[in-house]
Amino acid sequence: MGYPHPSHPRETVLLSRDFGDPEARRLDVWIRRGGYQALEKALGMGRDAVIEEVKTSGVRGRGGAGFPAGVKWGFMPKQKSRPHYLCCNADEGEPGTFKDREIMRWTPHAVIEGCAIAAYAIQAEDVYIYVRGEFTEPIRVLQGALDEAYAKGILGANAMGRGVRIDVTIHRGAGAYICGEETALMNSIEGKRGNPRVKPPFPAAAGLWGCPTTINNVETLAAVPHIVVKGGAWYKGLSLSNPRSTGTKLFSVCGAIAKPGNYEVTMGFPMKDLLWDLAGGPLPGRRIKAVQPGGSSVPFITAEEAERTLLDYEGCLAVGTQLGSGGVIVYDDATDLVYQVMRLARFYAHESCAQCTQCREGTAWTTKILQKMLRGEGRAEDLDLLADLAEQMTGKTICVLSDSCAAAVTSAMQKFRPDFEACLRDGRRAGAA
Amino acid sequence: MSEPLTLTIEGREVRVPPGTSVLEAAKLAGVLVPHYCYHPSLPVAGSCRMCLVEIEGQPKLAASCATPAAAGMTVRVSSPAAKAARQGVLEFLLINHPLDCPICDQSGECELQDYTFQEGRQGTRYGAYAKRYNPVEDFGPDVLYVPNRCILCTRCVRFMEHVAEAPVLNVSERGDRARIGIDAGQLLDHAWSGNVVDLCPVGSLLSKDFLHKARVWDLDKTASVCTGCAQGCTVSLETRDNTVVRVKPRPNPDVNRHFICDHGRLDYHWMNRADRLETPLVQEGGRLVACDWERALERAAGLLRSAKAPWVALVSPGASCEALDALARLLAPGKGSGAFRVATGPEVPLPGVPGLALRAERAPNVQGALAAGFTREWDAAVARARDAGLLVVLDDDLAGVAAPPAGVPFLYVGTALPDAARGAAVVLPCANAAEEEGSFVNRDGRRQAYYQARSAPGMARPAAWVLDAVLAALGAGTGVAA
Repeated sequence: MGYPHPSHPRETVLLSRDFGDPEARRLDVWIRRGGYQALEKALGMGRDAVIEEVKTSGVRGRGGAGFPAGVKWGFMPKQKSRPHYLCCNADEGEPGTFKDREIMRWTPHAVIEGCAIAAYAIQAEDVYIYVRGEFTEPIRVLQGALDEAYAKGILGANAMGRGVRIDVTIHRGAGAYICGEETALMNSIEGKRGNPRVKPPFPAAAGLWGCPTTINNVETLAAVPHIVVKGGAWYKGLSLSNPRSTGTKLFSVCGAIAKPGNYEVTMGFPMKDLLWDLAGGPLPGRRIKAVQPGGSSVPFITAEEAERTLLDYEGCLAVGTQLGSGGVIVYDDATDLVYQVMRLARFYAHESCAQCTQCREGTAWTTKILQKMLRGEGRAEDLDLLADLAEQMTGKTICVLSDSCAAAVTSAMQKFRPDFEACLRDGRRAGAA
Repeated sequence: MSEPLTLTIEGREVRVPPGTSVLEAAKLAGVLVPHYCYHPSLPVAGSCRMCLVEIEGQPKLAASCATPAAAGMTVRVSSPAAKAARQGVLEFLLINHPLDCPICDQSGECELQDYTFQEGRQGTRYGAYAKRYNPVEDFGPDVLYVPNRCILCTRCVRFMEHVAEAPVLNVSERGDRARIGIDAGQLLDHAWSGNVVDLCPVGSLLSKDFLHKARVWDLDKTASVCTGCAQGCTVSLETRDNTVVRVKPRPNPDVNRHFICDHGRLDYHWMNRADRLETPLVQEGGRLVACDWERALERAAGLLRSAKAPWVALVSPGASCEALDALARLLAPGKGSGAFRVATGPEVPLPGVPGLALRAERAPNVQGALAAGFTREWDAAVARARDAGLLVVLDDDLAGVAAPPAGVPFLYVGTALPDAARGAAVVLPCANAAEEEGSFVNRDGRRQAYYQARSAPGMARPAAWVLDAVLAALGAGTGVAA
């Protein structure tokens, strides 16, 4: 199907098969379409066999960091001495990203099944799905599906009648971007302020309530049932480029683009084709100028770089950016890039948890400098100052929020220097978005 | 015990037990890594990012407070990258800092000031923008919060949450709007909450008691022991112009770590009381008249020589071991016995530090008094005193005790003269705990020395000196007075 557009023939429709079809939310329909076969199969396999299958698949974390999911599961202690926990990170707050929302909205049972399989594999009995608070509809849909799954005995003290306890709880966030950071998310579930924790210890050693915990993104977990049913090798085969980037990925294309929406393509799909073919290219009479391919936290690339980039982890790194969450933000020649960078900085300044000095003060200061420039009060030394602050904000803090702000500033200044120089001269571009 | 491990910090090899942080290891190597959020008696936050150091082989700078030392590690504290990072943190901390050092109580002992002078940047690059402003808040009986000076190190929040276990403080808001908040309807009135003022590395949390009282560089600091209870917390008595103006905890890993309770912190004003005994007094013509030490000691010796047994002593458990021992020697040849009484109050533990509490017994030297042979049989001793051969009182204020009958020879040694002692034959003025050197034995049997922080008024002398002098005058002295 596809939502909001019908699936494009060049998409590889795995996770998005049922997007746009409200019927798929119903458990009976979902089961008719093959749902929960993977969980049935997984519960019949050894826990290690499930982990091995996921390792073989090469699926990497879809939340942005791209860490191999099977390896992450393998970090969990084999000898269980304390409760193990699974967190499903559904706090999709990354600007420009809206894939998890659609997965939860249309295929809640895919998320639940993925959670159940992962929980079984890592010996967790309790799963917390931490959903962004603003996602009122996905929360309602997910809770409905959860209720159905409990009623049917898929979850609970005797999940699938196989003597395994798997309980899933939805935890609703309260509106903090930083709670999507895995350790801040755990603090938030524990009822504490959502501050990222100093690592190590990593969650597999000390996560929720100090117990071994695995945390995976919604999209990662939704891919797990397919891996279990069709095999890790099959999933690994889904790649058009690098064997280290496997499977399909949902890209949320937004911004200055003709057909914004989610597109599911195989790893290694050309960004050019995604933007100009699937997503319809720029708006009439406009020219694509810049792209952030992985949400607001990854460095900008130019349209030329976008045209020659393959959408996989390595391809994005090759042009100095990251695949991130797959939120492809498109900027065209009608946008004032300095203004857009200021908006991003303002967002990070608003969302900084305020723990680390560089982030708390640096994001706000960066915003003020950009705002001053946009008012036409910039001075030549402001650009050096922005670069210097960005340097101080990179690689020195507990989490990467300040790095993200700095990356937007430095990559934009590096690749679109004339825009910043023009802003110093003239302030905000008249009539620009 | 696992083996110590060896690492190199600033070119110096140091051996530390496993589990030691790089920051603590550096201290052992004699290198202070600048830091704000870290405090040895609080859980690690790792958030101020001031203690970043370079560790060979690691791509990023590491927060030394949150990084365990590892064998073979090579740490550079003053490498260009580490210094640049710290300079960056200082700049970020200062952009919204009011720089009102001239009117800030912390000035002179401010870690922001110190590190900025040590390695901060000259001048500001933030000149174009208004600084963040929030009004001063009243947090509790003795604590003010000045948010503009706050660097969000969260030591106060962590102290209240993890050490006092009364989590009334929080970080409110996010980003650069963040500040320390206090839970709605709550006050920072925990019996140990004054420690947040000491923990605050800047002048953001202030003691109302000390507010604008003195510039800290004008203070003289003297090692002392708290007289507030039987716990025996080590403190620093801080004086200006011979007046105690502040009491601070003196770190002591075995007794009170870095903390003291508010009772101990604020109960010092008596040390400065002005209505003191300043000269020896002797009874002459039905009233006490001032005289010199020689005459007073002669008179005291005469009183003691002619006094019949039994002698009764009423002593203060706030007197030094030395004074109590001297008095015990005076009573020693089977002449009599003595007792003390202890003021009491509710016991208030500090949950995060096992064995640390404001003790119910509000006197510093109960164990010292017991060791010197004095008992808790106060009422019996008071009753015996009414027909004793001699009554000696060592600095008890005799509150609730009737003046002894005129026929009982009475020697009073004290800091002030209560009405009940006006009939004493001889009154000898002594120094209080802030004015003498001595020792107390705390409830755990730990004997700790304290030193003289201010001069005693007039001719007053330490009680141990006074009693030794009496012994000497009797011909049984130790020679100290001579």
